[in-house]
Amino acid sequence: MQLYKLSDWLLDAAFLLYVLASVVFIVAMTGKRWSGRDPKQHEARYGRIGYWMTVVGCAAQTGYVITRWIAGGHSPTSNMFEFMAFFDYCIILAYLILYRIYKLPVIGAFVLPLGVIMLAYSYVFPKEITPLIPSLQSYWLYIHVTTAALGEGILAVGFAAGLMYLIMTVPQNVPNKSARWLELVLAVVLMLIGFIGMDSIYARLDQQTVFEVTRPAPGAQGGEVKTEVAYTLPAIVAPADSKLVKEGPITPLFEAPRWMEGKDAARKLNTMIWSVLSGLVLYAVLRLLLRKRLAAAIQPMLADIKPELVDEISYRAISIGYPVFTLGALIFAMIWADQAWGRFWGWDPKEVWALIVWLFYSAYLHLRLSRGWIGAKSAWMSVIGFVMILITLVVVNLVIAGLHSYAGV
Amino acid sequence: MDQRKCECGHTNPIGTLLCESCGKPLEAFGEGQNAFPDMRYEGMARRSQTYTTKWIDKVWNFFSSVKVAIGIILVILIACAIGTIFPQQQYIPVPVPTEQDVARFYSDTYGTLGRFYYELGLHNLYSSWWFATLLVLLGTSLVICSLDRAIPLYKALNKPRLNQHKSFLKGQKVFAETNLPEGTRAEELLEASAAAMRKKGYRIFAADHALLGEKGRFSRWGPYVNHIGLILFLLGVLLRNVPGFYMDKYVWVREGETVPIPDTPYYVKNVAYHTEYWAKEELPVELELEEGFAIPKSYQTDAVLYLNKNADIPGAPPDLVELASGPILVNHPMQYEELSLYQSGFQEMQLGALNFTLVDLKEGNREIGPVKLDLFDPPKEIEVAAGYKVRVLDYFPDFKMGSDGKPITQSNLPNNPMFTLEVIAEEKNISEKMAYLQGTVITQKKDSRYGLKIEMPDLIDITGLNVRVDKALPLIYFGSFVFMVGVVMGFFWQHRRIWVQIQEGKVLIAAHTNKNWYGLRQELQGVLDQLNLPVKVEENSKA
Repeated sequence: MQLYKLSDWLLDAAFLLYVLASVVFIVAMTGKRWSGRDPKQHEARYGRIGYWMTVVGCAAQTGYVITRWIAGGHSPTSNMFEFMAFFDYCIILAYLILYRIYKLPVIGAFVLPLGVIMLAYSYVFPKEITPLIPSLQSYWLYIHVTTAALGEGILAVGFAAGLMYLIMTVPQNVPNKSARWLELVLAVVLMLIGFIGMDSIYARLDQQTVFEVTRPAPGAQGGEVKTEVAYTLPAIVAPADSKLVKEGPITPLFEAPRWMEGKDAARKLNTMIWSVLSGLVLYAVLRLLLRKRLAAAIQPMLADIKPELVDEISYRAISIGYPVFTLGALIFAMIWADQAWGRFWGWDPKEVWALIVWLFYSAYLHLRLSRGWIGAKSAWMSVIGFVMILITLVVVNLVIAGLHSYAGV
Repeated sequence: MDQRKCECGHTNPIGTLLCESCGKPLEAFGEGQNAFPDMRYEGMARRSQTYTTKWIDKVWNFFSSVKVAIGIILVILIACAIGTIFPQQQYIPVPVPTEQDVARFYSDTYGTLGRFYYELGLHNLYSSWWFATLLVLLGTSLVICSLDRAIPLYKALNKPRLNQHKSFLKGQKVFAETNLPEGTRAEELLEASAAAMRKKGYRIFAADHALLGEKGRFSRWGPYVNHIGLILFLLGVLLRNVPGFYMDKYVWVREGETVPIPDTPYYVKNVAYHTEYWAKEELPVELELEEGFAIPKSYQTDAVLYLNKNADIPGAPPDLVELASGPILVNHPMQYEELSLYQSGFQEMQLGALNFTLVDLKEGNREIGPVKLDLFDPPKEIEVAAGYKVRVLDYFPDFKMGSDGKPITQSNLPNNPMFTLEVIAEEKNISEKMAYLQGTVITQKKDSRYGLKIEMPDLIDITGLNVRVDKALPLIYFGSFVFMVGVVMGFFWQHRRIWVQIQEGKVLIAAHTNKNWYGLRQELQGVLDQLNLPVKVEENSKA
């Protein structure tokens, strides 16, 4: 019991340290031109502080992993909260490993905020320690999930460096297609932040809206089934053919189109609308404050870093992450699947998406090594690759039903 | 002059970029388009460039292209993604016994899009002929791409490029030239550089005034090794279609029952099945679980596996020999040689037998005796008491009224059991017919003498066991292992070469690596510093 509290406390401490480290890294970049400073010295000094804060934060999170493991009796990788927190841990670890190789602390200005977002996202899910259901009771839970998460974490650093490369190199003085796409990527990141913010606020407010939905019963008998759908966020869109049971903060503006009949499809659409809206509001506010494209505002801060080095770091992260990912998310996964389900491969959505990520990074490596796709092209691919990883980790669990759905609880 | 003939006298096959013998580029190179040839395949001619006329060459050349390979990878990727939009047929969460039910499931659950999905056959995408074709194309591309490159590369690397032409050295990304320091003999310098490189783990090849240090050559084979791994993996997958290599059966076994495993000489007995749930005290942290909701801890079947020694004799009664016994749990299948039995389903509290009491309605509901109807092995006739018999006339385990008005059974599982019975009282010479369906007993005569009082039925647990043989699995795992070895070889090591030549009083230094140029420059600078050569290692502008 006490250990469980301690693990929670350690994770909060790690979260706080990552937030602080993000701020310090951003200061390391932005503060270079502050009066009376030597840019090199400033960057080195704040970079070092940020790095050590990250080290301490990572140590705290290691403590969280160990204490929660002992308290729960199994590795903290068994539900969505635990997995996202562990994924975040792997991103930070991967950053620290790559720092040992390249000694470029300011990569942290991109990796650490990414880590903060991922950890904040994990807090959206229920945090209780749940006992393991039979299919998860295997030492492969430790081996498969941790290796897969580590691979994905290293690939995520490849994304952070790729995004940094794009912000550094996409020309901002004239409007162009790349610049617009880059703004879209940043806006999507803001939407994710918007979603996390909205969800954490409303989860605490307890202002649910509940609908009763009538659907034809599955199977041959016919008839109707009534189910209740509860929204955490205020309802903008109601499910088709539904009756309001419990009113929320606002009345729904419209009904979801009829073809969106899947279970909870309307609720997911509602969440999506709120994420997009809040992300766009955040984007608009920032844009008004900065009076230029977000990437254009960040670009000057990265002026004295060599883009080639950042490109190399992104590639290096991917070339290290790829074998680890293959081992954890495909090979170990196959061995476990054979033991637990009696087949090494069954085209379950999670398996398929792991394969998609693998195919995508295989294409990345062939294009880079054999067809000379370096720089911008390869950076864009690292961004798309990360989107695919997020689909695999999040969308597959929450939207597509499958054997891995237990992880969504 | 024949274009393939190098000035050194060596004749090269068409498509050669760097002379196989002296390394001189076969075409003059400058900037841009005519830059020094890429060193990836050592400037060797590949089959796909040498032969281009016959149709087989065209097929070979198509599949040897990395561009085509990437294309195939991306098409497979998109196909895979499409297959996850809606669940595949095997993952439909409700029972769909007929094709109409499948169609109905997609259109009812996902509307119009679902209907299109079903009609396009995307609900069985991964077993479709075109998806299999894509995998075959990928396999072909893997084999041809690898052969097309690995063979010339092997030829080139097997014979170290030692005494190379000056233009070869000059064309390298790392190249430096300096005067031979006064008072140093060429031999001395070469000796010293050989010693310095040896210390860094280089293998030395030497000839007159020429030196080559090489290390990590094996890392060049990394890509081919990992492709071999993938080919083995795909072969393993193909092998499962060969009869005898792969078997996948599913049996439902009631407690106490012994059933044959279809198409095998094996039998399996379910001694007992039980589900265990986590007790409140076992939970690490108190959970607020909904009323009546518990988290399962284990699904376990105590099973015995038998071999039928009479399996080859048609019509002979089974002669069972016990092979293995013990618990089967999720994650802990029962193994016997190549056979694995997995715990993969269960139905608890299922109807096992119906219980009744035969009563004489005309004698104040006098109870005559019990009637037990086993649903899986129904009796033909039951002696209820002296002089009283019940005969089973008809039994429909999964009753449904057929379209022609006759009763039928939808399956042989007792989901909706229906019996027609005849009660015979021999002494009184009375015979009455009655039927049981959905919890009620209907008598044929309105004013019947005998009746059946419904008692608590017998409830049993049924376990679902998955029985598999997968002889291709070792090959599949071995292929994966080879893939990993190849990837690690290729990504975590590098092939570095340093050339030192002395021509006309000048020291020419060139270096090549397949990756991590930064590391190579550092290493080369270290060597040069030891030799006290006044050279700063820099990369040529050519990327």
